[in-house]
Amino acid sequence: MTYEELLTETALANDRYIVMTAENRALVRNIPGKLGNRFIDTGITEQTMIGAAAGLALRGRIPVVHALASFLTMRAFEFVRTDAGIPNLPVKLSSFIPGFLSDGNGPTHQAVEDIALMRGIPNMTVFAPADEQDLINMLPQIWAHPNPSYVRINTRKTDYNHSPFELGKAEVVAKGTDITILTYGLLFEQALIAVEILKNEGLSVGLINMRSLKPVDEKAIVESSQTSKLVVTLEDHFQTGGLYTIVAETLLKYQLTAKVLPFALNERWFKPSLLPNVLEYEGFTGKQIAEKILGYNTQSVQPEILTPQFSE
Amino acid sequence: MQSLKTNFSDLEAIALKVREHIIRMSTDGGCFVGASLSATDLIVYLYAEFLNINANNLDDPNRDYLFLSKGHDVPALYGTFAELGLLDPERLKNHLSTSDHIYWHPNTHIPGIEFHSGSLGHLPSVAIGVALDIKIRGGNNKVICIIGDGELNEGTCWEAVLVANAYKLDNLIFVIDRNQFQANMATEDLIPLEPLHDKFTAFGAAVKRINGHSFDALHEAFSAYPFQTGKLNVVIADTVRGKGLPSIERRADRWFCNFNAAEVKDLLKELHGERITQLTSETLVVR
Repeated sequence: MTYEELLTETALANDRYIVMTAENRALVRNIPGKLGNRFIDTGITEQTMIGAAAGLALRGRIPVVHALASFLTMRAFEFVRTDAGIPNLPVKLSSFIPGFLSDGNGPTHQAVEDIALMRGIPNMTVFAPADEQDLINMLPQIWAHPNPSYVRINTRKTDYNHSPFELGKAEVVAKGTDITILTYGLLFEQALIAVEILKNEGLSVGLINMRSLKPVDEKAIVESSQTSKLVVTLEDHFQTGGLYTIVAETLLKYQLTAKVLPFALNERWFKPSLLPNVLEYEGFTGKQIAEKILGYNTQSVQPEILTPQFSE
Repeated sequence: MQSLKTNFSDLEAIALKVREHIIRMSTDGGCFVGASLSATDLIVYLYAEFLNINANNLDDPNRDYLFLSKGHDVPALYGTFAELGLLDPERLKNHLSTSDHIYWHPNTHIPGIEFHSGSLGHLPSVAIGVALDIKIRGGNNKVICIIGDGELNEGTCWEAVLVANAYKLDNLIFVIDRNQFQANMATEDLIPLEPLHDKFTAFGAAVKRINGHSFDALHEAFSAYPFQTGKLNVVIADTVRGKGLPSIERRADRWFCNFNAAEVKDLLKELHGERITQLTSETLVVR
């Protein structure tokens, strides 16, 4: 099932749902004809769209709103915080091309602080699926939840078969005593490759797909940090305010410490190019991740990375 | 006062070359072809005839400024830079390569780019800041900001017009690339902009509406700068999205294009008046 199919089905089954977009139709191209006046395109007006979503929610609706991640979280930030956050209204943000998925657009379109911004809003919930199946598994619970939500939309197809989603819980893919990689979003694909390479080097490697960044699975963070010699945080986000920060906050909360190696964008934006080139240039391919953790080069071959297809 | 130029065959030749550059950049990852082609004649005219900007005066505080606000039409700007000596044409081959800085939106790694853009509705206000400083210092530089018509959905564009009016910025020209389309559809089918001339006039601007593909019309309009003492200048340039390529002109599904090599070859011929290209590459690509 695709994102659009799930949203169409959900909205047709429950007329509380309103589908909105700030003229970003890639995810909702066929919905206007199916939902009639419950589809609202406000044009390129992210702030007005969020304000209007709050007004609709005030009347009992559940607006699912769409825009590019950077403009949804930053252009409209105060509207999200003030109009959805303060009154705790169920405004459901679906952010398109977050993180590395903005490939060749450049810094204006790079949402690499979205997790930091959104999780800083009281009442807001924050999610980042590893792939399309993970996304489809989590959305019904997120949309049915009474709080506002932010989802990093990731429609990439992988052949990984995910375990059922539970709000506030991470997906523990594997446990390891040497290394545990904590990640979210599209880098899950690269983490799977890194884990294979590290295992081939004789290491015991764990992998956790965080999925729910707020509320976060503190137990998964605490357990992995205490049972693995090294924790790796892997994210297409600024190092400030994302998963590395979440791990630090969690460990401090429980008066713990750990050896943590962050993979993130430290005080910089990423080089704009097509996704496979971005990953390679920034050192985020599975092979590069494994080799940085090991401190030496391996004979492994990095599988080809397919570019995302957003067209319909 | 501008020259009384009446023959623009030189500019037409440059614009044709710029369009060739745009078409060549529309493969191996692609670019925003339609908006680049609609803005080409505007950009060529402004750099070649109107603005005091060249490869040798970029550090001169008394030169003019051009801010490209919608941003995704940057292939037209890079093509113009290449033809006017501001950019080595060889670098256009580095489009989307990690070895250079030529990607889907403008950035100041490229000399001549005044400011990065891509998030709509930002540069009208940045241009106001520059125009205000020129006023404070008593300078005569002209400041242009090219704004997309879809971009006018963003409220900050209208805030900028209000502020420019309040500060009587007659050294500032907002040029609207009125190609009638935003990403997915015709502007008038979504958030209607018309009557656009009246809207700007009501906000206090001095407005001219012209054919944005006619160098004669562009020259006549810009030769009248400043349009009215103490008023923001607005030029609404009526243009055609995809201008020069009938196979994509005015097509809502041809916003971002990633053509294959054969299509590029045929489109270059189409640009020179040969038969219409049979396009098979993906439509409705969203970036």
